[in-house]
Amino acid sequence: MGYKAKFRVWRGEAGEGALEDFVVEVNEGEVVLDVIHRLQATQAPDLAVRWNCKAGKCGSCSMEINGKPRLGCMARMSTFTEEETITVTPMRTFPVIKDLVTDVSFNYEKAREIPSFTPPKGVAPGEYRMQQVDVERSQEFRKCIECFMCNNVCHVIRDHEENKQAFAGPRFLMRIAELDMHPYDVEDRQNSAQDEHGLGYCNITKCCTEVCPEHIKITDNALIPMKERVVDRRYDPLVWLGNKIFRRTKEKTPKA
Amino acid sequence: MTQTAAERPVNEPTPRRQRADIKARTLRTDRWWLNPALTFAALMSFLVYGFWAIFDQSYFADPYIAPFSAPCLATSCPEGARFLGLAPFGDWYTLPPGLLILGLPAGFRLTCYYYRKSYYRSFWLSPPACGVGEPHKKYSGETRFPLIMQNVHRYFFYGAILIGLILTYDAVLAFRDKDGNWGHVGLGAIILLVNAILIMAYTISCHSCRHITAGRLNHFSRHPLRYKMWTFVSKLNAKHQQLAWVSMFSVMIADLYVRLVAKGIIAFPFA
Repeated sequence: MGYKAKFRVWRGEAGEGALEDFVVEVNEGEVVLDVIHRLQATQAPDLAVRWNCKAGKCGSCSMEINGKPRLGCMARMSTFTEEETITVTPMRTFPVIKDLVTDVSFNYEKAREIPSFTPPKGVAPGEYRMQQVDVERSQEFRKCIECFMCNNVCHVIRDHEENKQAFAGPRFLMRIAELDMHPYDVEDRQNSAQDEHGLGYCNITKCCTEVCPEHIKITDNALIPMKERVVDRRYDPLVWLGNKIFRRTKEKTPKA
Repeated sequence: MTQTAAERPVNEPTPRRQRADIKARTLRTDRWWLNPALTFAALMSFLVYGFWAIFDQSYFADPYIAPFSAPCLATSCPEGARFLGLAPFGDWYTLPPGLLILGLPAGFRLTCYYYRKSYYRSFWLSPPACGVGEPHKKYSGETRFPLIMQNVHRYFFYGAILIGLILTYDAVLAFRDKDGNWGHVGLGAIILLVNAILIMAYTISCHSCRHITAGRLNHFSRHPLRYKMWTFVSKLNAKHQQLAWVSMFSVMIADLYVRLVAKGIIAFPFA
């Protein structure tokens, strides 16, 4: 049955703005994004919101609902009581363009800083042969829909904007882990993860995992394994000694 | 069709790109403070108990030895409490025997990836909960001393495995009566055994262990045995948080139980 819900939506441009109150109709089965669209249609035609698939697969409608990063299209209205006021704000970590639309170019810049998949010399595309078990781990990370809510919620840059230069955020540290675990990638990802992409800033408080709409275990399966790989490379004297004694090469050796 | 980007007139200022001007520390309406508060209380209770237990002398009630004082390595330990009958630390060592070994399990838990999350959140409030602003002006994470030392975790893991094995050995020895005959099953023996199993499960589920078994490899297919081990550890690892809590309480309960028996407070048959 429909009811009138109380909404507070942040409205403004280029950072300046305020929370605005609305009373808006809500019908059974609707999600927050539906209600935002109803606001656009009935009360605030210039309300800006980024959206696309309405199925939780495009990662466009990331916003903060009652202070928590969520996808607007996946936040069911039935999970709120009829009495409560629902506050909707843009993602806090990124600059605002207008209303709920943020400028997420930080993420694209960080993505460009990571060298792409680098196969060994002499292996042409089409000649890669790998077992399913060898690529399974990385495949979990490919579920990412790039909603950037993990980077938004991460306190390293959310609470400390000055760290944006040094820290790539969970989404891209996960990308580095994905490539480092790839059987055919030969690029040195471990040193660069620590030195250039700020893996050491992560204090594994797991908010990225908590907000991931694809339920990727970012911390347990990407960030911590990557931290352990960096320990192998940089901080573990036994591994260093073992590498010397057994003459292990640092270069990864992709064989089928 | 060629696309041309519309150029901004020279005299028009570039629009300022800033975050939404929201002053509130958080807009969360749920009880986000409850979890860090409970964690704080639980970890504090563990620290307070541990501090008391180290200095408490009633750690041996034949055949039980309190986990916080095991292995007992000093001459001051009663005959039956000594690990394998050894006392490598001579008469000169007069401090509580627990101090000799507690560094290993304490260091293991202190640098554990799960405990790090819990105390960074509940003690250091960095952040107290997701989407809640932290009170610190600067943040450098684990990039420099002292927190860069968290990377030593795997060495504490090696030590914790040793302690876990010793606790298991002690739990097995507990299945004897006062004269050393096997087959006696007291409540204490069962408590010590359950505790040893939980401690071992917590230790093996460690992220460093997962890395050592096969996490560091890129070719599982070339190392089928290690891959099997990794798969097993990964399953346990998913429960690392729960195991951390359960084993923390089990070790406290087991330790307290033995001390209460040693003090004569618990004195029923089959204690």
